[in-house]
Amino acid sequence: MKEEVLSDIINVENLVYKKTPLMTDNILSYCPGCGHGTAHRITMEVLEELGVWKDTIGIAPVGCSVLAYEFMNIDMQQAAHGRAPALATGIKRCWPHKVVFTYQGDGDLAAIGTAETIHACNRGENIVIIFVNNGIYGMTGGQMAPTTLPGMKSSTSPYGRDVHIMGNPLKITELVAELPGTRSVTRQAVHTPGNVRKAKRAIRKAFENQLKYKEGLNFVEIVSNCNSGWKMTPVHANKWMEENMFPYFPLGDIKVDGEIVNK
Amino acid sequence: MGELKLMKGNEAIAEAAIRAGVDAYFGYPITPQSEVIEYLMAEKPYETTGMVVLQAESEVAAINMVYGAAGTGKKAMTSSSSPGISLKQEGISYMAGAELPCVIVNVVRGGPGLGTIQPSQADYFQAVKGGGHGDYHMIVLAPASVQEMADFVTKGFDLAFKYRTPVMILSDGLIGQMMEKVIMPEHTPRWTDEEITEKWPWATTGKPGSRERNIITSLDLDSGRQEQHNIHLQKKYKEIHENEIEFEEYMCDDADYLFVAYGSSARIAQKAIKLGREKGIKAGLLRPITLYPFPAEAINRLAKQVKGILSLELSAGQMVEDIRLSVGCDIKVEHFGRMGGIIHSPAEALQALEDKIIGG
Repeated sequence: MKEEVLSDIINVENLVYKKTPLMTDNILSYCPGCGHGTAHRITMEVLEELGVWKDTIGIAPVGCSVLAYEFMNIDMQQAAHGRAPALATGIKRCWPHKVVFTYQGDGDLAAIGTAETIHACNRGENIVIIFVNNGIYGMTGGQMAPTTLPGMKSSTSPYGRDVHIMGNPLKITELVAELPGTRSVTRQAVHTPGNVRKAKRAIRKAFENQLKYKEGLNFVEIVSNCNSGWKMTPVHANKWMEENMFPYFPLGDIKVDGEIVNK
Repeated sequence: MGELKLMKGNEAIAEAAIRAGVDAYFGYPITPQSEVIEYLMAEKPYETTGMVVLQAESEVAAINMVYGAAGTGKKAMTSSSSPGISLKQEGISYMAGAELPCVIVNVVRGGPGLGTIQPSQADYFQAVKGGGHGDYHMIVLAPASVQEMADFVTKGFDLAFKYRTPVMILSDGLIGQMMEKVIMPEHTPRWTDEEITEKWPWATTGKPGSRERNIITSLDLDSGRQEQHNIHLQKKYKEIHENEIEFEEYMCDDADYLFVAYGSSARIAQKAIKLGREKGIKAGLLRPITLYPFPAEAINRLAKQVKGILSLELSAGQMVEDIRLSVGCDIKVEHFGRMGGIIHSPAEALQALEDKIIGG
């Protein structure tokens, strides 16, 4: 219906962009300026472009993206906090020809779900993990995350993260790259059009790998902002992310076709 | 006809799972139930029936693998023993909330904490009252023989899918480890992917263009809808109560006294009853087969006939609370049971009946 209306206004040959039908019309629950919406959209665009959405099962985590199933117009399961890779394992082992992915935040994947993450990666589960890292627990109101930077303030590190007391930020992406079970590991961002294009290419590659090979986990980290949790404007948050998050979590491929390319 | 075998209870569970057309088993070693996964790994059903067998990194991961598989309409199960079952409570609560069918086997050992590896029935409360957070129940089946260990796999999945709810087989270290003859059922083929898609329209098997997307979740942030969901769950439990209570009576017709016992304690009670009858004490046994739903009406009926009831459990007395709630008249209801992995003897059980009920 919508396509017809649109084509009445814009000639098809001039149409350069349209919303993927794999995103529902539900209003996103994310804060203005948050990267989740973009990460959702490019993931769904990849599934549409690869033509595999009818055979795809996604897993939503606990965290800001707990309601991902409200926005992604595909079959989805909602996991307990951190357990998404275990659900994905159960599904993929039973339906090896289906496409399975998890979508998780840093608290979910790198704190409470560390064991599930590491072991799914180590077993080489043939799934895609999309890991959105914004260095904070967004949904519960801005508490310190496993990826909160040294000195960074949060509601549970109100004077800044003291690494001597609270430990260091966990570079779980570099960690899983070291495991023989991961095929591709990459770190991307979605705060500029250029980065969105790169991130989408990386997500597409991850899903292509899942379709092409029988083994190997494909891991895509997206470093994102949390302007609400960081208590910044969206513009300032993106600038702060470039200046502080990217040096600690450098963007680019870490593992390609089973080989570490960038340490 | 099935096949006659001599097996351990734990092995019977595993063999029955293969024959029942179970799609996936996810487990983690813990004594006294490790034979389940050991047997499956040795039998390699993934090469015959296509059943998935995977050793997970933890009990938590195992139950969540069950969650994922169950959400796609597959017959998925796990087994563990007490400390491991405690770890699974999160996943069980989520599955009850998301209305997913599965079978969970608990080969109970003594607790609390790491306790002991010897048999116990001290996980009764955890099994029948919910265990995890929120208002939910599992259907709880209590096998008293190796035969029932095997039979309850199929029964468990039938109930789990009928009501879309987790089912627990509440066994103990004695039933799990002892060997008995068992008639194994014929092989039932696993459901095909097409059968699953047709049978279970709620399953997340990939959204075709012809239907709305399927979502498996226990979350609803809207309180009104969440309350409606809870009302729906409670209606389901009421239906389970109305339709699924199972129990067995042994020598109850002329009984003056009643043992109520399940699982291994029921076997011991039978022997105690025989010893008692030699002395002229006419006791009978009511053995709940379903612990949830609990056979309250049967106990209520027998309470009007007998002079007293002894609950025999390998615990400090847990089921005895449900027996007291079931008894509508003023008779003595007491508990006897050894703890910490010690198994009461039939003579001890009879002595307890004489001391606490007849003489007390």
